[in-house]
Amino acid sequence: MNENQNQSFAKVFIKNLPYLLLGTVFGISFVKGELISWYRMQEMFRFQSFYMYGVIISAILVGMVSLQIIKRAKMNSFSGKKIYIASKAHTYIRYIVGGTIFGLGWAMTGACPGPMITLMGYGASIYFILFLSALAGTWAYGVLRSKLPH
Amino acid sequence: MDIISVLKQPWPWWIVGPLIGLFVPILLILDNRQFGVSANLRHCCAIIPNKVSFFNYDWRKAGTWNLFFAAGIMLGGFIAHYLLADPEPIKVAESTARDLSALGVVPDGKLIPESLFSWASLFTLRGFIMIVGGGFLVGFGARYAGGCTSGHAISGISDLQIPSIVATTFFFVGGLITTFLIFPILLRL
Repeated sequence: MNENQNQSFAKVFIKNLPYLLLGTVFGISFVKGELISWYRMQEMFRFQSFYMYGVIISAILVGMVSLQIIKRAKMNSFSGKKIYIASKAHTYIRYIVGGTIFGLGWAMTGACPGPMITLMGYGASIYFILFLSALAGTWAYGVLRSKLPH
Repeated sequence: MDIISVLKQPWPWWIVGPLIGLFVPILLILDNRQFGVSANLRHCCAIIPNKVSFFNYDWRKAGTWNLFFAAGIMLGGFIAHYLLADPEPIKVAESTARDLSALGVVPDGKLIPESLFSWASLFTLRGFIMIVGGGFLVGFGARYAGGCTSGHAISGISDLQIPSIVATTFFFVGGLITTFLIFPILLRL
């Protein structure tokens, strides 16, 4: 047992409250930015609207600039840890095959995991079934992992 | 105009995009956390007692923050829908509306076409494939690729990581296959 497990729920809750609040802002922006819209995804995949490209490109630009600042300034996190971004493994079959499989599902459902979770809170109860199906997919990957090419 | 009625309107991409991008540095600065939503699916599997090695790790230590983040996302969805709802029907690009109508999906002014994503639809072949099949592919593919749109497309590309650029390219390839090869058959079922 690690010490986290012995902490009371109240302690864990208070410690993680900032993430809950950040997630809330994230969820609201997903709804108000219509990123949970199946139609927005279709506009994007059919190249018929700039909207989603605008969202993704501006998000990446802001992320990129702020990461450069963090790296150059050699910042530490508030918790005192050195900020370190793990490199993803350079084995490409997983990104090509897994990425394509993800994309098939993304366009079909119009929802990647973020929007899927948002939609459950939004009151679209059918997305609980979608979420359970995504859990089943994750589970299947976990079971089959050693047999899949990466 | 008061702030609430401004917030109720649809937000433009140049507000939403930069706002989402800010989550990458904010999570790092808070506690060196890497932005990514789909890891929560793995954490949920890890909560269930099991013998699969991929799900046997200390999810409390690795994932508690992210599960709180996910709970917040749900709460945000709730707040946006019940407190910040926009009464106007949502707009769809004309060309998209035309293409989708030709496939039998007429935009209904909602964010999600109810003819496809509803409990009634779940019990049709088309609905079952899209809801259960589509959800399964998202979960399987995200873990196989080691991340989803947030972890690869936003976090990873922000850090100029080649694997994330490749993964995002193939997210798109998959999306195009569904849109142009699968939907013409599937949506007509």
